[in-house]
Amino acid sequence: MADVVKFAKPAGFFDTFVRRPGPIKKNMHYCPGCGHGILHKLIAEAMADFKIKDHTVLIAPVGCAVFAYYYFDCYGVSSPHGRAPAIATAISRTNPDDVVISYQGDGDLASIGFNHILQAANRGENMTVFFVNNAIYGMTGGQMAPTTLPGQVTQTSPWGRSVEETGYPIKVCEMISQFEAPVYVERCALSTVPNIMKARNAVRKAIQNSMNKKGFSLVEFLSGCPVNLKMNAEQMNAFLNEKMTKFFPLGVYKDVADERAPVHHPVPTFDREKVIETLYPQAFDHAVEDNFRYKSPVFQKECKVKISGFGGQGVLSLGHVMAVMGKLRNFNVSWLPSYGPEMRGGTANCSVVFSHKHVGSPQADYNCDLMICMNQPSVDKFLGQLSPKGVLVYDASTISNPPTGPEQTVYGIRASDIAAEMGNQKMANSVILGAVIQMMQECLMNEDEKDDLDRAVEAALNESFASKPELAA
Amino acid sequence: METEKKKRVFRCDINGDECKGCGRCVIACPKHVLSMGTKLNKMSAPYAVYAGSGCIGCGGCFYSCPEPGAITIVEEVQD
Amino acid sequence: MKRTNKILLKGNEAVVYGALLAGCECYFGYPITPASEIAHTAARLFPKLGRIFIQAECEIASINMVLGASAAGRRAMTASSGLGISLKQEGVSYIAGSELPAVIIDVMRGGPGLGNIAPEQADYNQIVKGGGHGSYKCIVLAPGSVQEMCDLTVLAFDLADKYRTPVYVLTDGMIGQMMEKLELPEPKGRRPLPEWALNRECPKANCIASIYLDTGDLEKVNIRLNKKYDEIKKNEQRAEEYHMEDAEYAFVAYGISSRMARTAVDELRSEGMKIGLIRPQTLFPFPADALNRAVDRGVKEFFCVEMSNGQMIDDVKLSIECRRPVTLINRMGGNVPSVEEIIQAVKAKLGVK
Repeated sequence: MADVVKFAKPAGFFDTFVRRPGPIKKNMHYCPGCGHGILHKLIAEAMADFKIKDHTVLIAPVGCAVFAYYYFDCYGVSSPHGRAPAIATAISRTNPDDVVISYQGDGDLASIGFNHILQAANRGENMTVFFVNNAIYGMTGGQMAPTTLPGQVTQTSPWGRSVEETGYPIKVCEMISQFEAPVYVERCALSTVPNIMKARNAVRKAIQNSMNKKGFSLVEFLSGCPVNLKMNAEQMNAFLNEKMTKFFPLGVYKDVADERAPVHHPVPTFDREKVIETLYPQAFDHAVEDNFRYKSPVFQKECKVKISGFGGQGVLSLGHVMAVMGKLRNFNVSWLPSYGPEMRGGTANCSVVFSHKHVGSPQADYNCDLMICMNQPSVDKFLGQLSPKGVLVYDASTISNPPTGPEQTVYGIRASDIAAEMGNQKMANSVILGAVIQMMQECLMNEDEKDDLDRAVEAALNESFASKPELAA
Repeated sequence: METEKKKRVFRCDINGDECKGCGRCVIACPKHVLSMGTKLNKMSAPYAVYAGSGCIGCGGCFYSCPEPGAITIVEEVQD
Repeated sequence: MKRTNKILLKGNEAVVYGALLAGCECYFGYPITPASEIAHTAARLFPKLGRIFIQAECEIASINMVLGASAAGRRAMTASSGLGISLKQEGVSYIAGSELPAVIIDVMRGGPGLGNIAPEQADYNQIVKGGGHGSYKCIVLAPGSVQEMCDLTVLAFDLADKYRTPVYVLTDGMIGQMMEKLELPEPKGRRPLPEWALNRECPKANCIASIYLDTGDLEKVNIRLNKKYDEIKKNEQRAEEYHMEDAEYAFVAYGISSRMARTAVDELRSEGMKIGLIRPQTLFPFPADALNRAVDRGVKEFFCVEMSNGQMIDDVKLSIECRRPVTLINRMGGNVPSVEEIIQAVKAKLGVK
């Protein structure tokens, strides 16, 4: 006579639970009659039957199942309370061929981490969520859960859960199934044998969905916590089947896995050429040698430029073009914008600093060499920051007689008017740029460098607009 | 074609030291051949015992049991 | 098409370039001013290389996604600003406790509370001293330029792997928003999977957790972690010294403050004052060796320039064991100390006109 094993400890479990501290290495840490044990067995069995142990990652929650990774012979990670769906998301995306199981309790999933589960479901992450709803906080000693039934006595609802004060039990399956993305949502009960066998099917179906990359599956299990609820096995089953199912009807809430195409994941590339092509900018022909330096004396020291005006006048773009010019001619250059809400319809300004040495402070807030003001408030606010021997360029269309000092050089350009005459008032910044270049060529530069400045402007304009940087003003 | 069904014999092996005595298997068994014993195991828990015969190998007790290895169902096959 | 490694970028953009060149595979983040350009640039560039970008539902989710990706053996990062970082602290503590590598960028803004979006350096304590629960430290790198936003992000990934610990790049709204010319480094290939990763190519049944119910076990973990931090203190101090060779006085400043302090050094030197700058590039470990060398070489007094209420000054004083006076020059509320203010403060303290 020979014995043929029909039902035995599933091979999805470790044979001996070596990670579990203490002398007990064959049992789990759960209380007698706990639903977690029943569900663990169903999962372990499915993992073994589907031969996925070597590519399953199980995320253990905070709650009674915090030590789930003691038991399952697969990869395990312990999650902060409620965050398992976020962790599962990342693992599923990075290891797209793996089966990712987020194992969560009711406090974890439906309270502290509720947003995470909703968002992961809504993104349709390829993962399986096993949600254990036992209507109570087990690990912390029997406090009220988001799924505690009305009137149910717990440590923190000692006179029974009051729906007036604490609302009603949260119905997770009903909510998740409303989203477009999830493929499978079912509620089962780990109670009597027929219900457990339905739960077994649900576990297998959800895992198969993950294996087939069908996306997001969630199975809720009404589960017994006989110790905290002070019930024996029979009372526990009756509570699950009769009391809990009233609020949490069993059944399939959504099952569209067959209609869905597998989730597609891109393959990352680390190919040097591809990375360089993606990240390194185009080398324009107009570059100069690395040792090129302008010889005009104006460039022998650090130059601080401040440009200011009304948001939308192109103040930052103007500064950016000048910064690109500096870069193309081997200056160290910094471009510093004002930023934030003031940029959206208010004043805008930027500082550009050029130096052949290291640029120290990127802020042009004192002793500026060049100041460009494109509206009156800018003059009022910043003129005091212009060096006593600095140059002011301003839009004479809107600004009259700025109070400059005796040694300051002043150019009033009717930039807005000229731009309007050319058909686009938004080009006032370009008019100013032209004026600045003209001024530099006439007053500041060596004869043989004037042409190069023109080339630098053209190159900078090309490059500045080719790369389309995000410029808010 | 098989016309005569051979009577199959099953056995419920309970590892008393892995049982926590929750009683779930007892109420799961359709043949009422499991009961809670009076002795205590290594964990000082009472544990379920099999009556010795009558198991039909349905697995109800196995799936109802929260412990990984407390229950094993075997079929006794004649060589 | 010909390519060049010279580029003009915002500091925030440079972080993403550095990350991708370092072989970072995953970006998870939530928008926040003044760090949002990091997310914008990541959203644009990560998918071009088949890498993962997810705009998470919140800061907490994004740091936990980093935890997940890192556990799976992939280089992963997130970025935020102070208040977002506050929310991430739970996850950072778990990452430190689980000994996972991770890179977190903090582009500091004004606080406390909602504060404002102007640059501040007031996250110093929360980032440098641990930040979340438990006895842990994170390596903290402090870029002083857009070039370093890129370079220190690359370094952050390497240090995170080397020590299996979260590494912060601690910067501010101003460096994040400003553009400078930089040279992009060479791209790195995919980092080989670490043996502890949750990946089928690694030994079976790896497991990553930070829970040790046994007090003896948890103490051992803490002792091991703190040995690691001692090792980091020994090996990884970084600081740039500017005109320190003959300095009688020294600024200590990091990030954007150091840029102002550097210009102040130039100006004060032009007036004959022998002053220099020690610019910490690592805040944990704090560059105590550089400071003590300065003391030994004859620096009589230090000026700590920071945009917070005297948070770094504690580390300056502790590092030199209060052997020299240290004066705080600071602004708060999103104001950057101007070069003039710094110069005036030094002159006032030293009684120089």
